[in-house]
Amino acid sequence: MSRIQDKFSELKSKNQKAFIAYAMAGYPDDKETISTVKSLVKGGADIIELGLPFSDPLADGPVIQNASFRALQKGMNFDRFVNLVKKIRKEISVPLVLMTYTNLVYSHGYDKFISTVKKAGIDGLILPDMSIEESDHYLDVVRKNNMDAIFLISPNTSEERIKRISNISSGFVYLVSVYGTTGAQQQFQQYTLDAIKNAKKTLGGKIPLGVGFGVNNAEQAKLILQTGADAIIVASAFLRLIEKTPKTKIQAKITTFAKSLKKTTISE
Amino acid sequence: MKLEYPKNGKFGEFGGRFIPETLVPAVEELEQAYLKFKDDKDFKQELDYYLREYAGRPTPLYLAKNLSEFVGGAKIYLKREDLLHGGAHKINNTLGQGLLAKRMKKKRIIAETGAGQHGVATAMACATLGLQSEVYMGYKDTQRQKLNVFRMKLLGSAVHPVKEGTQTLKDAINEAIRDWITNVKTTYYLLGSAVGPHPYPVMVRDFQAVIGNEILSQMKDLEKKSPDSVVACVGGGSNAIGTFYPLIDEDTNMFGVEAGGDGITTDHHSATLAAGSKGVLHGMLTYLLQDRYGQIQDTHSIAAGLDYPGVGPEHSYLKDSKRVTYDAVSDDDAIHAFLMLSKHEGIIPALESSHAVAYAMKLAKKMSKSETIVVTLSGRGDKDVEVVEKYLSENVKNSR
Repeated sequence: MSRIQDKFSELKSKNQKAFIAYAMAGYPDDKETISTVKSLVKGGADIIELGLPFSDPLADGPVIQNASFRALQKGMNFDRFVNLVKKIRKEISVPLVLMTYTNLVYSHGYDKFISTVKKAGIDGLILPDMSIEESDHYLDVVRKNNMDAIFLISPNTSEERIKRISNISSGFVYLVSVYGTTGAQQQFQQYTLDAIKNAKKTLGGKIPLGVGFGVNNAEQAKLILQTGADAIIVASAFLRLIEKTPKTKIQAKITTFAKSLKKTTISE
Repeated sequence: MKLEYPKNGKFGEFGGRFIPETLVPAVEELEQAYLKFKDDKDFKQELDYYLREYAGRPTPLYLAKNLSEFVGGAKIYLKREDLLHGGAHKINNTLGQGLLAKRMKKKRIIAETGAGQHGVATAMACATLGLQSEVYMGYKDTQRQKLNVFRMKLLGSAVHPVKEGTQTLKDAINEAIRDWITNVKTTYYLLGSAVGPHPYPVMVRDFQAVIGNEILSQMKDLEKKSPDSVVACVGGGSNAIGTFYPLIDEDTNMFGVEAGGDGITTDHHSATLAAGSKGVLHGMLTYLLQDRYGQIQDTHSIAAGLDYPGVGPEHSYLKDSKRVTYDAVSDDDAIHAFLMLSKHEGIIPALESSHAVAYAMKLAKKMSKSETIVVTLSGRGDKDVEVVEKYLSENVKNSR
């Protein structure tokens, strides 16, 4: 079993759900990324999603766009990312999931890119613009490297398609909670709750269901978990916190915020 | 060689559908609608009506005698898409997609635009078809094409300047896609070039193929044979693919001309096919201008409509299969052609089209007087006079 699958089993045995937290590699800089990941884990993050910035992040809202832009300006690239992952891997043992866009993987070569990040310590990949129709070669390589390919579904994904996607996904399935890009700041509408229930039913417990995009606070996290999700995924809210907090207080605040989110995954 | 409706939108290895899951139902719905209506008698009749009565088709195929004599060599014909309503070939596609959107019962239309020509053509089609339009345009492009921004507003469209990234066409497409993801149920994305996820590259090509079809029949009337060569400019590549596609099985040499900017050995150009490598952007696998890590590079062209780091996937296929020759023309040479066509023929070409004219002038010299070249004059240059004036005052050498 992969590190991600182990984590979900471990949490299940403790009667907990998963809290997945996001950090952008190179934002605000390489050193702070390592501190951020440590603070997230200290606050209880079960899985870390690590973003490798792309120049044209078309599934992302302004917060991740801005962080991507700034990380790239500071020189983040694939080589530096691999070094960063190696350093992070030495510090923490939780599963690491890489989130980036297809072109960075494709242009490097699927084999070379995926085997390199695997060796550095990445356990799974999320590519928001990789549709299942285009994924044959990508999937072969991910499986050959004993990694998890995490695919996304959306509130408008048909039941039949959710089944097809879940059949090729491993680790978990990522439900995009809203119609929109990452970092939406609004109350969840009924369609989101319906989508969670439907997805949960369609997946039939064969693979965990993570829900992300626009999860901004503990209250929203709780609602999502109560509706049936197995994991909450929080990204833009952490980047927003980093952006607006004075540098010396960032790490403490990240841990406090992470703790408030982790708490929602533990049954009382 | 002709790929009429390639399976899964694959032109060889190029094209396909690399998109966020939220858009999958939308492109599937679009594909169903397109397949249903593309050969539908009523749809075709209505489109023909609008192309003829509203847009002004067919466009002339004009023998540029003075320019041909000045250059000395092959006869240069101009396919006058610049005479269409709105001043560019873009209206061929916006009328087609606008009518399709109506049949799909979508009332809100979004579009991206580079030079503003597609934005204007979208605003026009939407105004006449009773649709609401919103256009995304890179902030840098809104500054260099102010007149087109005002035209779009006059025509009833909202214009959203995009301040992300390089603030040009690529970022306008990103932002339009983000809007589409957010409003996927109500909104139709009217893409202006032969790019994007399947079925856009096929659909836009089909709507623009009227250019090549007319060239073929007009040349058979005028010269009793298909042209020896055709030349068209390539940004995303819609006027070029519309020119080339109907001629693929003819005995015609075809040339796609990209924006060479300051030269393709510099960092300041948009010559994707001449100098790029394969990658995935805006839903398609195609040639891109990217760095060694796969980050998309900044591009440059004096012609905003060519300032794009990707290219339609069918062009990538035609390049690799060697059916079409792709080359680049510099800013300098495009300006020179702009001046020459204005002076010798009284026709002010768009800066985008000027790239094709420049290439044709070079090509004609190497050909005999009995041979023919057709240049697709994709748009008129009124929008560019300010940019050219500025360029000339800064580059005195170009007053040659």
